[in-house]
Amino acid sequence: MSDEIIPHAQHADLWHSLRHLTRARIGLARTGTALKTHDVLDFQAAHAQARDAVHTPLDVAALQATVAPEECLVVHSQAPDRPTYLRRPDLGRRLDEGCAAQLTKGDWDVVFVAADGLSSFATQQNAVPLYKAMKDRLTGWRIAPLVIATQGRVALGDDIAVALGAKMVVMMIGERPGLSVADSLGVYLTYNPYTGCPDSARNCLSNIHPNGLSISGAATKLTWFLNEARTLKLTGVGLKDAAPEEGVLSDSSTPLLQKDHDI
Amino acid sequence: MGYGYTIGGEHYVFADLKTLLAKASPLRSGDQLAGLAASSDAQRIAARHALASLPLETFLNTALVPYEDDDVTRLIIDTHDKAAFAPLSSMTVGDFRNWLLSDAATTEALARVAPGITPEMAAAVSKIMRNQDLMSVARKITVITRFRNTIGLPGHLSTRLQPNHPTDDLKGIAASTLDGLLYGSGDAVIGINPATDSVANGFALLDMLDHARQHYNIPTQTCVLTHVTNTIEIMNKGGAVDLVFQSIAGTQKANEGFGVTLSVLQEAYDAALSLKRGTTGQNVMYFETGQGAALSAGAHHGIDQQTVETRAYAVARAYNPLLVNTVVGFIGPEYLYDGKQIVRAGLEDHFCAKLMGVPMGCDACYTNHAEADQDDMDNLMVLLAAAGITFLIGVPGADDIMLNYQSLSFHDLLALRNLMNLKPAPEFAAWLEQMGLYDTATERMLDVPAAQSQLRLMVG
Repeated sequence: MSDEIIPHAQHADLWHSLRHLTRARIGLARTGTALKTHDVLDFQAAHAQARDAVHTPLDVAALQATVAPEECLVVHSQAPDRPTYLRRPDLGRRLDEGCAAQLTKGDWDVVFVAADGLSSFATQQNAVPLYKAMKDRLTGWRIAPLVIATQGRVALGDDIAVALGAKMVVMMIGERPGLSVADSLGVYLTYNPYTGCPDSARNCLSNIHPNGLSISGAATKLTWFLNEARTLKLTGVGLKDAAPEEGVLSDSSTPLLQKDHDI
Repeated sequence: MGYGYTIGGEHYVFADLKTLLAKASPLRSGDQLAGLAASSDAQRIAARHALASLPLETFLNTALVPYEDDDVTRLIIDTHDKAAFAPLSSMTVGDFRNWLLSDAATTEALARVAPGITPEMAAAVSKIMRNQDLMSVARKITVITRFRNTIGLPGHLSTRLQPNHPTDDLKGIAASTLDGLLYGSGDAVIGINPATDSVANGFALLDMLDHARQHYNIPTQTCVLTHVTNTIEIMNKGGAVDLVFQSIAGTQKANEGFGVTLSVLQEAYDAALSLKRGTTGQNVMYFETGQGAALSAGAHHGIDQQTVETRAYAVARAYNPLLVNTVVGFIGPEYLYDGKQIVRAGLEDHFCAKLMGVPMGCDACYTNHAEADQDDMDNLMVLLAAAGITFLIGVPGADDIMLNYQSLSFHDLLALRNLMNLKPAPEFAAWLEQMGLYDTATERMLDVPAAQSQLRLMVG
């Protein structure tokens, strides 16, 4: 550690060289003890995008149009609106009874559900491309019509699968937005789902967005999971243990304090 | 046995003690989710009136979770200090509030009674206290802990430097650590939430933090907030463990949801003590708690979330922690819906823990689906500082890029110290001065460009 004074021009360079190590908001200047104006507004812009991702309704008609001419099924949970949805996750997990009555039981290997979750942006942008990529890969599978679900949590897929008579459900759902990523999609796979199915019986792929896991990368992983699940007749911890790589299952059975996601 | 009170000609009845506590609790979404909240404002105040006339001794005779079913209840009852409780033994909950706010309740008197106060007594009195009451009483309480510095002195505010990284990249973490140190953060602990919760990863992160601490001779402690069983294994392998971390909750079943038992905590506590790494003291434990944890694990036993939260402080108290913090806004809007609920809960958690003699800090924070923003955090941090909070958490620019939520920034903490005339831990302030970062005359951090600081090579 020498104490020579480094010319001013190099000051900015230390943070410039460190910023490629992390997306953290490091080296922000101060005025007095406060952040500079640009940094304050930059933060507020990111927060605004995250909040808009939570509160903007899913554009169901636009999603239907991207799947056309294929027909979609449209359902909603028992949570009537966003404020109730945010306060009552239990209602977001259950299918509205009127919607359930409109679903016809079939004989499907798998049903894909596109649900708004906590980021409609994620679902709007990523769910249909992933669904189409999966249809291309799952030759010979009996795939139910795409279900579009609003005010949905992960477990809503269980009620939908039961109503449609599907052996597996793939829930594609908007993840809780952060300041840096507001459009991240999570995918939860459940074999033999039923109402009240524990989260430990699911497998999860997360972080699907343009700067994270790509649609094709997610589709490849999900195809592996679907084929293995069909062979092993299970999902969850048992399937995670057989997975070729780490980190594809979220351990969501622990209390929420353990700083993880819940959607 | 029931409780009742009449307001405006209507008589409200409460079937049992936990119903009375739940109905008296300030409104929050978690109690609504659990179906425990008061159904009207008048019912809530009737419950507070009934609660105010309840003898404190009731809580020693009425377990909210049966003694034989729950080790937290057994811990509370078996370790209750009757001699310390004696001065309070004839008081009602309402008398207790009056006494706490009176000049008779001095710092020394509050310290003497702390071992006699059970979590449920603390929770009960908090429910009939306004926010200013929670601050006024907490401010009179001093809880000092030591490991490599002195935390909790009046007129001081410590901070946890939280340099998280989504892939636990060592240099990325070092860059955030440098950022925090240049803002005078990190005297409570430099503590990482690891993205990967494994022994090997925890070992490597601790090794990196310990090297940096030793190289620059920083009078603080480091921690990787991995599961307690991982930390035990890291200690067994000779890893650089200063503090043992664990998330805890207020019932045996909720703790089982975290994968911990009291005996595992005891084992970890004994192991960390045996390392004798502390220089100013041997407080070796660090716990996080938070309202909603028990309900989210389906382990709240029909108790309202604020009361069951206070039971976690009995668990913490048993292991003489250096640090405890509530993660108040983290657990989500289904437990604390908006800024008002988060602020109230933060003040409650701080007050109840301090009343029980626990060194309480706070992660003043919120998620993006809560009705809260940085203005709410500004309010909460000032109120907590007025209440004499032990420490607060800071992350670069208030944005935790690993856990995807917002806490306080290093700037915020610096602003708070200036606004409220609070100093870092004395050993840490002296070190900052040696590093040329702190002016002891003005008690202010200097604005030293990173490239000119003595820490500039920290990241390598």
